[in-house]
Amino acid sequence: MARHVIAAVDELPPGARKFLEIDGRPIAVFNIKGEYFGLMNRCPHQGAALCEGPLIGLAQSREPGEIEYTKLGEIIRCPWHGWEFDIRTGQSYCDPRRFRVKAYPAHVEPGASVVKGPYVAETVTVKVESNYVVVEL
Amino acid sequence: MNIQFRESPEAASPLTAKTAIADCDIHPARATRTELYPYLAKRWQHHLEIYGVHAYQGMTEGPPYPKAQPNASRRDAYPPEGGPQGSSLSFMQKQLLDPNNVQLGVLNPLNTGQGIRNHELSAALCSAINDWQIDKWTSKDKRLKASIVVGNEDGLSAAAEIRERAGDKNFVQVLLLSRNVEPLGQRRYWPIYQAAEEAGLPVGVHAFGFGGNPITPSGWPSYYIEEMVGHSQCQQSALASLVLEGVFERFPKLKMVMIEAGFGWAPSLAWRLDKAWQRLRSEVPHVKRPPSEYIREQVWWTTQPMEDPERREDLFDVINWIGWDRLLFATDYPHWDYDEPSRVLPAGVSEANREAFYLGNAKKLYGLA
Repeated sequence: MARHVIAAVDELPPGARKFLEIDGRPIAVFNIKGEYFGLMNRCPHQGAALCEGPLIGLAQSREPGEIEYTKLGEIIRCPWHGWEFDIRTGQSYCDPRRFRVKAYPAHVEPGASVVKGPYVAETVTVKVESNYVVVEL
Repeated sequence: MNIQFRESPEAASPLTAKTAIADCDIHPARATRTELYPYLAKRWQHHLEIYGVHAYQGMTEGPPYPKAQPNASRRDAYPPEGGPQGSSLSFMQKQLLDPNNVQLGVLNPLNTGQGIRNHELSAALCSAINDWQIDKWTSKDKRLKASIVVGNEDGLSAAAEIRERAGDKNFVQVLLLSRNVEPLGQRRYWPIYQAAEEAGLPVGVHAFGFGGNPITPSGWPSYYIEEMVGHSQCQQSALASLVLEGVFERFPKLKMVMIEAGFGWAPSLAWRLDKAWQRLRSEVPHVKRPPSEYIREQVWWTTQPMEDPERREDLFDVINWIGWDRLLFATDYPHWDYDEPSRVLPAGVSEANREAFYLGNAKKLYGLA
């Protein structure tokens, strides 16, 4: 699994997302409250740039009149047709068997290890003393 | 929340190799509230400022139901220069027309001047919208063709507007909405059909409108999703009315286009009408042939939204009944329920049918073949 340095941590603060193309694949990486998530930026339904949609929560109901709203900020909603996917897993809630977005693990690594490793830095100038967001593809 | 927008994939993809298509339902929008003023007499500009616009139902300042996305539109369709989705020709070219190789785009402006209680204001606004369509859109991009928007509740002034535009190559159809004060077959609307037939223009019936009646036949629903599916119920009532009031019999050359309300329901409506007509023919003796015959001869259907059955063969069964020569591809751009041209038609369709579906039928119907 190839690993790619995609940003210095400072460039991707909580609430931000970054779009990039790695190996010809459109990818988006999110910082949600300090956690990082990578997703294929293409909706499996009709191909929209999925990650340009808003981050919402998950509305669920055990019975009519009772609504639970959870996973706040963890559900991406497609900018075209509103299909919802969990950014942690890429799972859809309407048809999880047939429609799934590829999720890519993303995390932070210190500059020292990034410089040592066989990583590809897409657009990032790496300094040893900084921390970097790394996505696995 | 920090959202970094970037060019969508279609905007980046080259024009080459994509099959030419027609898009028979595009919604152009006004960039500003006063964009129509240059086309309106001072009298109406002042009227709008002082009294505003009143439809046949209340609470239309905001739509009766929230529309799933801002302006019911794709979130990636905001023009870079600002303004609502669908208000920029250059961005429409870049996001829709060029990358999808759209050879013919039919404009259907909404929230225009239709269904307004003040009929003089309605006529003035519709005429202004028609001038605006030429100035801002069709004269600047020859792929785009306009629909003649008419003050539908006043058949006579609507007919006058159609006659004034007849022969103008910027226009390819007359536009009505599905929700009106009365079902569309009623006599108050006949002057529209007469003028359209004389002009050789199809009449498009687009889902939507504020006719003052509940959005479903069984009253006001709780949810937007009920309004969405209610569009097909509304079109069914409109089509039944057109057949049973004798519109198709009276105007045999009239062509109707059902826009944005699906088409999977067409066979069952026709079958029910035929069965009832066999028993109740004497109530409507002016309907001289089985209703299904009028429907199959005089009605076309735009594709968005296409029904999406579990077994794709079921969709083909419906299309085979309607006829592959009756479907007109549409994206509904920039609205959020947009259909992506390359994804709507499953494999297993013959080359001839694909061509008709995407382009041929539309060019023929709109007289551009």
